[in-house]
Amino acid sequence: MNNTQIVLSSESLNVQSCIDWIMSPESGGIDVFIGTVRNATKGKPVLKLDFEAYEPMAISEMEKIAQQAFEKWPVQKVLIHHRTGTLQVGEVPVIIAVSAAHRDAAFEACRYIIDTLKQTVPIWKKEAFEDGEVWVAAHP
Amino acid sequence: MKINVLAFGVAKEIFGSSLVSLELTNDATIYNLKYLLEQQYPRLKQLASYMVAVNNEYALPGDTIHERDEIAIIPPVSGG
Repeated sequence: MNNTQIVLSSESLNVQSCIDWIMSPESGGIDVFIGTVRNATKGKPVLKLDFEAYEPMAISEMEKIAQQAFEKWPVQKVLIHHRTGTLQVGEVPVIIAVSAAHRDAAFEACRYIIDTLKQTVPIWKKEAFEDGEVWVAAHP
Repeated sequence: MKINVLAFGVAKEIFGSSLVSLELTNDATIYNLKYLLEQQYPRLKQLASYMVAVNNEYALPGDTIHERDEIAIIPPVSGG
């Protein structure tokens, strides 16, 4: 589909190339969400994050979410890029970009995509602290 | 039948491997698989939750497992 771009990559994500892909003369609003590695969790310094994915299923779940966005809102293009591997503080694990004729659809679809991705896409992150490592959300 | 189970994230650490082999009866369900895995790897029960995927789709407890299905244990996801 030329209105959808899904990428799972072990290489650095490029925000500008995502914006270049999503821009089009038909669009009046572009919404871009950039997730970044934060330097602390609950006040505890984070050294790095390790991301692991079940790659074929992660791609298929991201495609489903993009499809749902097209069904729910009048959006024109949807882009989802996600990283795997080791990321340092300040690096970018995820970029979502949505274009639409008008901003409401772009804002709402972008929010829906990142929220749903966090619930359904089989990607896991392990936080490294000074005193050990923890798989995020694994335990109650 | 013999099936292979892929493990990711914390499940990989619980299994001590990214792939384990199990012997299941021919009409086994996801429920049966989870029961067997929890007997062998009790730490699975300490997870907040976990799902099973069959051929890259989330499966329900009553779904039947077939030989050569690609089975994966999906601990709570935390992408983004």
